Amino acid sequence: MAAAKTRTSTFSRNLSTAAPSHGPGLKCGPNGTVFLSSGIPDLDKILGGGFPLGSLVMVMEDAEAPHHMLLLRNFMAQGLVLGQHLLYSSPARDPRGFLGTLPSPAASKDDKSRERDPDQEKGLRIAWQYKKYFGENQLDGQRDGKHEYSNEFDLRKPLERHFINGPRIDCVSIQDCPDLSTLRDRCATFLSQFPRNDGSISCAGRIAIQSFCAPQRAYSNMEWDMLSFIRSLKSMVRSSNSVAIITFPPSLLSPSFCKRWQHMADTLLSVKAIQDEDKELAQLLTGYQDMVGFLNVHKVARINTQVY
Amino acid sequence: MNQRSSNLLDEALGLDQVIEPWPLRGQVVAIEDQVETSGSFVLHHLLKRSLSPNSSNVTIFIAFSQPFSHYDRILRKLGCNLVSQRDNSRFFFFDMLKLQCPGITPEGGLIALYGKIHKTISALPEISWKNVSIIIDDLSLMEVAANGSSDYVLDFLHYCRTLTSEFDCSLITLNHEDIYSSEDRPTFFIQMEYLADILIKAEPLATGLATDVHGQLTVSNKGRNKVSNFHFKVKENVVECFYPGRS
Repeated sequence: MAAAKTRTSTFSRNLSTAAPSHGPGLKCGPNGTVFLSSGIPDLDKILGGGFPLGSLVMVMEDAEAPHHMLLLRNFMAQGLVLGQHLLYSSPARDPRGFLGTLPSPAASKDDKSRERDPDQEKGLRIAWQYKKYFGENQLDGQRDGKHEYSNEFDLRKPLERHFINGPRIDCVSIQDCPDLSTLRDRCATFLSQFPRNDGSISCAGRIAIQSFCAPQRAYSNMEWDMLSFIRSLKSMVRSSNSVAIITFPPSLLSPSFCKRWQHMADTLLSVKAIQDEDKELAQLLTGYQDMVGFLNVHKVARINTQVY
Repeated sequence: MNQRSSNLLDEALGLDQVIEPWPLRGQVVAIEDQVETSGSFVLHHLLKRSLSPNSSNVTIFIAFSQPFSHYDRILRKLGCNLVSQRDNSRFFFFDMLKLQCPGITPEGGLIALYGKIHKTISALPEISWKNVSIIIDDLSLMEVAANGSSDYVLDFLHYCRTLTSEFDCSLITLNHEDIYSSEDRPTFFIQMEYLADILIKAEPLATGLATDVHGQLTVSNKGRNKVSNFHFKVKENVVECFYPGRS
């Protein structure tokens, strides 16, 4: 009805607050969060983009199977391939040895046909129960050009040496620490390289702590010390541009402390092995023979928001 | 202001009528949640109500869990600007994320915290004393900060409770029920439930996860001798509460 008129208003777009461009391997998300990839594209999709910077991810291990190592391997390899820094801690005497088992990114599938040959599936895939209901085009549409953020990894091929020998990796053995203050200090030094400010992020860091549980020499109040370590790690990570993953065996904790640890996590996952030759499961799940375990997502990080 | 959908929660708490003077004054409100169902949305809702423009309420927020930016973003979507409230001295944020009470005397840190709260309230004009809310997020992390000395945390809470009688302020706390249900002697938790005048429990549905319903809330109001139970769905800018079967 009215003739078109230019609307003059006092609003002017504040360009200085436009989303800054970030370094490789980082993606902007809602509510001012920035994501980095878990190393498993399917898991990133399930979590709504990836792991948000500043979050603490905790993984409950299965005592009978080492599947949590798959998560860690992909997480660590993803960071190294994209030039992010890594701090790795494990109970082993020489944690560096584990780096040799990290996978290499899978060869690009651009040349091959879109049909997925099941024999080619050597990477870690997450099979959704309902994946078959999504069109194939919806999944593949995101593959091209995504290698700046996340990669598929080929678990058969080890990661190239030059990634592992770089200066961006630091390893700590928990055996060296009679109490947790050494580990806490190493984490603090590592995280001080990525302080969070409002500008663009040049580099992000990843901390991977494997099988965090009481060191051999347990003393009274150890459980509270470990909890306070996790709490201080969480608050350090929160004010830095990094993500920390801690895997732990829940069976070695009392139920009450296990719940406390679970509440600490921003993102909570658990892995569970699938028994071989389980006929009931075989009927229930498609592709049962290819499956090695269950990954449960108990909690997804809610930073700056109260919804998922 | 769209208050329709939160009415069930406001009704159960007595916040649906006038909020000046603050209906929760002199009361202890304990929010309990679990890993599956977080109760922090109740905290955000109460924070928003207490900082409503229709009231002159002052809120002291003791944060062990998240930094200021997190709450600022969430409350902004709920329609409340924490930064300007802080500048107007209606909102005091005590960042306790890095508080770790030294090993030998964990009470030292908590005593200092109590002193700070008392000083902040006393510094307010006497008119505001009746309208102060103290919010603690959350108690289980306060225990961690105190290195497991739950007795000191309980003492601290008792001291805060004296504030509810001395200054007529309200105390709102969040804690995680499933941590204590697996303990042999959940003394701390039971004491807290006993102290509370209003108990709000957020639990998952017995039937499991659902898209339309995120969980159920049970509000036990000892003062009014009333128990309400309803389902809720958490959204970006509102919490929808409805009786089971309706949404």
